[in-house]
Amino acid sequence: MILQAIAFYLFAFVAVAAAVMVVTARNPVHSVLFLVLTFFNAAGLFVLTGAEFLAMILVIVYVGAVAVLFLFVVMMLDINFVELREGFQRYLPIGGLIAAILLGEIVFVGGIWAVAPGVEGALAEKVPEGSALTNTEMIGRLLYTKYIYLFQLAGMVLFVAMVGAIVLTLRQRPGVRKQKIGEQVRRRREETVELKQVQPGEGV
Amino acid sequence: MWEIGLAHYLTVAAILFTIGIFGIFLNRKNVIIILMSVELILLAVNINLVAFSWALKDLVGQIFAMFVLTVAAAEAAIGLAILVIYFRNRGSIAVEDVNVMKG
Repeated sequence: MILQAIAFYLFAFVAVAAAVMVVTARNPVHSVLFLVLTFFNAAGLFVLTGAEFLAMILVIVYVGAVAVLFLFVVMMLDINFVELREGFQRYLPIGGLIAAILLGEIVFVGGIWAVAPGVEGALAEKVPEGSALTNTEMIGRLLYTKYIYLFQLAGMVLFVAMVGAIVLTLRQRPGVRKQKIGEQVRRRREETVELKQVQPGEGV
Repeated sequence: MWEIGLAHYLTVAAILFTIGIFGIFLNRKNVIIILMSVELILLAVNINLVAFSWALKDLVGQIFAMFVLTVAAAEAAIGLAILVIYFRNRGSIAVEDVNVMKG
């Protein structure tokens, strides 16, 4: 129990500290790397709650894909980051005020919050006691049966996002000679090859 | 103190959520950091969902967290694509003059 508590405090503290660094770091590349650290520690918290599958998905999807995408964009765009940091001090008081108000509201809500008495009967998918199934197996059994349409819909969302991102960033630059397969296939021998009878000693 | 319960996880999620909101206000000009702050907010939501799933012994929270993850990934992809074409057109990513749009 003590070990679990120590692990929790370690993950939670590092996650929060890294999140603070994400929003305050001077260099956006450092921001992205701190974001990766935050996600790693959040994955640790997920493991502590027994959601191993989500923890691994978090590491693969966020650290492996989203954070690398961020890093790629930060490094690809030639941005003057010093200029962008103007007004950092100016927005600090109002941002701090709003964050404090929000945190206070969450604390107030959390202070009076309690689990409803009959919640045991209202659970949608109760985890069976002492089941031999792993977390991944249980999620799979649920996801591919009861939530199959939502799962397919999530796939469609990703598909649309992929097509959208490609369409948005694709551009035709003038003066670039690209392979035009249609024209290549349409070529006929008559319009491209001309037979000339070259007279000896005269040239073409 | 040594007994980790639901409240501990909710506290971490609340702090992360607040840091995300704070980051949006702090980096008003830098869209990349704003997008990262949105990711932090979504992560806080995910921690909430998983913590409740664990406390109530109900699997649906984890399923829902997975869908939130999907939408967050799609949002990051589209947001960064818009950022790239915005940079291509303007030569900067200052979001303050985004309101000057031209067909």
